[in-house]
Amino acid sequence: MRRSLANFSKTLVYKRAPRHELFARGHRACQGCAPALGIRYILKAAGPNTIVVSATGCMEIVSSPFPYTSWGVPWIHVAFENAAAVASGVEAAIRALKRKGRLNPEKRVNVIALAGDGGTADIGLQALSGMLARNHNVLYICYDNEAYMNTGVQGSSATPYGAHTTTTPVGRVSMGQGYWKKNLAAIAAAHEIPYVATACPSYPLDLMEKVKKALSCGGASYIHMFAVCPTGWGCPSSQAIKIGRLAVETGIFPLYEVYHGKIYRISYEPPKGLRPVEEYLRTQKRFRHLGREAVERIQKRVCEHWNWLKMLEEMTSTEEFEERLVELCAEA
Amino acid sequence: MAKRVGIEVALAIAEAAALAEVDVVSAYPITPQTHIVEHLAELVADGELNAEFITVESEHTAMSAALGASLAGARAFTSTSSQGLALMNEIVYITSSMRAPVVMALANRALSAPISIWNDHSDVMNERDTGWISIFANNGQEAYDLTFMAFKIAEHPEVLLPVMINFDGFILTHVIEPIHMFDKEEVEGFIPPYNHPHKLDVDNPKTLGPVGLPDIYTEVKKQQEVAIRNSRKYIDQVWDEFADRFGRRYRAVETYYADDAEVVLITQGSVTEAAEVVVDEMRKRGKKWGVVSLRLWRPFPFEDLKKVLCGGSIKCAVVLDRAISFGGPLGIVMSEVRSALYSDPGRPAVVGVTAGLGGRDIKFEDYVKMYEIGEECLRTGKEPEEVVIVGLRE
Amino acid sequence: MIEGLSWRQIPLALVIEDAGNSVLYKTGDWKTHYPVVDYELCINCGVCWSFCPECAFEEVDGRFVVNRDYCKGCGICAQECPKNCITMVEEEAE
Repeated sequence: MRRSLANFSKTLVYKRAPRHELFARGHRACQGCAPALGIRYILKAAGPNTIVVSATGCMEIVSSPFPYTSWGVPWIHVAFENAAAVASGVEAAIRALKRKGRLNPEKRVNVIALAGDGGTADIGLQALSGMLARNHNVLYICYDNEAYMNTGVQGSSATPYGAHTTTTPVGRVSMGQGYWKKNLAAIAAAHEIPYVATACPSYPLDLMEKVKKALSCGGASYIHMFAVCPTGWGCPSSQAIKIGRLAVETGIFPLYEVYHGKIYRISYEPPKGLRPVEEYLRTQKRFRHLGREAVERIQKRVCEHWNWLKMLEEMTSTEEFEERLVELCAEA
Repeated sequence: MAKRVGIEVALAIAEAAALAEVDVVSAYPITPQTHIVEHLAELVADGELNAEFITVESEHTAMSAALGASLAGARAFTSTSSQGLALMNEIVYITSSMRAPVVMALANRALSAPISIWNDHSDVMNERDTGWISIFANNGQEAYDLTFMAFKIAEHPEVLLPVMINFDGFILTHVIEPIHMFDKEEVEGFIPPYNHPHKLDVDNPKTLGPVGLPDIYTEVKKQQEVAIRNSRKYIDQVWDEFADRFGRRYRAVETYYADDAEVVLITQGSVTEAAEVVVDEMRKRGKKWGVVSLRLWRPFPFEDLKKVLCGGSIKCAVVLDRAISFGGPLGIVMSEVRSALYSDPGRPAVVGVTAGLGGRDIKFEDYVKMYEIGEECLRTGKEPEEVVIVGLRE
Repeated sequence: MIEGLSWRQIPLALVIEDAGNSVLYKTGDWKTHYPVVDYELCINCGVCWSFCPECAFEEVDGRFVVNRDYCKGCGICAQECPKNCITMVEEEAE
C-alpha cells in the first residue's frame, strides 16, 4: 500500500500551509491546547467561505466570551447537543436560498459543525446521527479530548479504558473508566456517508487535506480529531504535539479514512511498526495508576483494532472496490 | 379571488405557511399536529412549495434546525404539541433570546403523564416565560389568518422575535371548517422579504451566541424584554393592515356581549366560541353574561384587559384555565389576570375555574356552572381562593 | 469594554460584529516562561509558527519572532523545534 509521507512531515507544514489565520489569537484556551491548534488548520483548509456551528464546550467557551470573538468566519453557538441539528438547518437554509435566487448558487459556502467528544458521543449523538442519515452537506468535526474538559474533566463515552476522570476516578475500588472508548468514526461510517476520517493536529497537513476532501465530497462528512489536552490529561503543555504523534505511532489513535462506509484507507503506517502503547500511556497522569495487566489489555485491543483496519483496507483495495469508489465519488 | 373551502384546519395551517413562502420547514410528527407536517411535505414533494423540508429526528432538532435556518437568512417554520414542545423547550428559550423570527404552529395538547393526546393548554403554559410572542386562534379561519400574519410580525425589524400560534388539538386541527383561503396574488407584498440584520453571511462574518458573563447578561435580558413589550405596537399594525386589506379584524382582547355584562368568562382558544353559544342561550333567559377572549397571551395585553374589565358593568370575571400550576396558583391565566387588574380601583372580582383538562369535554352545564360560580362570588362578596375544577368527579 | 455599557448600547442578541477581535485581549500575561530563540542555530523551518496554538510567532524581516503579548508559554515551540534552538526562560517578576 503506497502512502504519502509528505503530509506527516513537521517542516513541510510551514511550506505548504496557507498563511491566512481565521482563528484569532487572544482566545482563552489553556497553554498547549491541541484542539485550538487544530482549529487554526481546519479554517486554513476550509477558507473564509465557511460557516462554523459550535456546540457548547471548550472550543466554544474559549473563543467567544462577549465582547471578544476569535472567529474570523461567521459562527453560531446554540446549545450543547445540537451542533449537527443547527448545522442541518443552516445547510438547508443555504440550499433553499440558493434555489430561490437569494444566494449566489455558484458561490460555495462550507458548513462545519464543531463539537467535543461530550457533545458528540453522548448528548449529541442523536443529532449527529440524524444529520448524517439525511446526508446534509455538512462537515462534522469532533475534537476528542476524551472527557468533558470544559466543566473540569468528567468522563464521557469517549474516555479511554482505564483513564482517570473526576467521574471515573481512580480510587480504592476503581481503576478509572471501566469501559472501552466509543468508536465514533465507525458509528459515522455506519451511516455510509461519502467521507469519514480520523485526524490529529500533530499532523496539520494531513488534517488540512482531510478537511478539504470532506468539504468537497458532496454530502455529509465526519472527521474525528484527536485533541491532546495537557490540562485534563496531566502532562506538560509542551508535550501536546508530541503526545498526539505518540498516539498515532502506537496505534492508540490510528489515522485512516472511510469512503461511503465501505472503503478503508489507512493514512499513516508507522514505518517500523506500532510502538508499544506503554510509551503513550506513561506520558499522562490520568493513566499513571495502570498496572501491567491493564496495559496489556489495552495493548491487545490496540493491536486487534489496527489489524482489523489493515484487513479492511486490504479487502477494499481490490480493483472492484477502486472502481466502485470512483463511481460513488462521481455520484456525489 | 379567495375561495371559501371546507378544509381540515390542520391542512389550512400548512397552506398558510406555504402561502407565506417559507424557505425551511423542520418538523417532527406528533399527534395532533401531524397533518400539518404531512401536508407541507406533500406541497414540497409536488413542487408547489419551494422549500427545504428537513425530516428531523426529534423536536429538539426541529427547533434547533429552524433556529439555524432562520439565522442563516431563511424563513423557517415548525409545528408541534405537548411532549414535542416540552422536549424542545431548551431551544425555545434560545430561539427568542437569539432573536430568530421562527414561526411555530402549536396544536395545544395535554402534557404527560399520564400520556394524553387530547387537548388542553398545559403545553403552552409551560412556555409562558420563554420570550415568544404567543397568540390564540379560536377557530380555523383564525388559525389560518394568524399563522400567515405571524411571519410578518416576527420578521419586523423592530420585533425579530419568534411567534407561536396556538390552536386546540383535535378540536380545531381535525375538524373541517369553512375557511376563506387566499390566492398568492391576493396577498402579494403583504409579507416583505425576510432579512435578518445579523444573519450568518460569509461576506460579513459575525459571532452569534457568545458567552454572556454576569456583567452583561442582565442587559441582554432587558433588551429582550423591551423588544417583546414594544412588539405590541407592531402586532397591532399588522392586524390593522390585515383588516384594511382583507376585512377580518383581530384584537388582543376579543369581547362578546361584554359591554353590559355582569359576569364574564375569560377564555383562550376554541372554548371561546362554545362559551358564546352558552351566552346566547342564557341571555334569552335573562342572564347578563359575556365572554372575553384573551387572544394575545404574550406580550400580555394589560391595558386592553383593564379597559374591557374595569370601571364598567362587569362585576366578576371568571377565568377559565385549561392547565394547572401544581402547588402554586392553580389557575395560571387567572393569577395573571388578577395580578394585571390589581391596582385598578374599578376592577371586578376575579375567580378561577379549571376545565377541559386532558381533552375532557366541557358541556353546556359546565359553562353555566362557571358563570354561576361568578354569581355566587358576587352574592357572598367573597373571591374564592380555591380554583374549582369543573367537571371533576369528586 | 463592557463596563458602563447600557442595555441600550449592547448589540442585538449580543452578536459580536467585529470578527476576530479577540486580538484585543492579550493573553501574554498568562505565561511564566517565554521562548528565547537562538537565531544562530535557527534554520527558519517555521515549525514554531506551525505548532503554536496561539499563533504567537510572527514573520519579521524573514525570521520567526514570538509576540510576547499572546504567547502563553506552553513550550510547544521549544519541544518541537528540530534544531533545539528554543529555550523557555522564566519571566522576571514585575
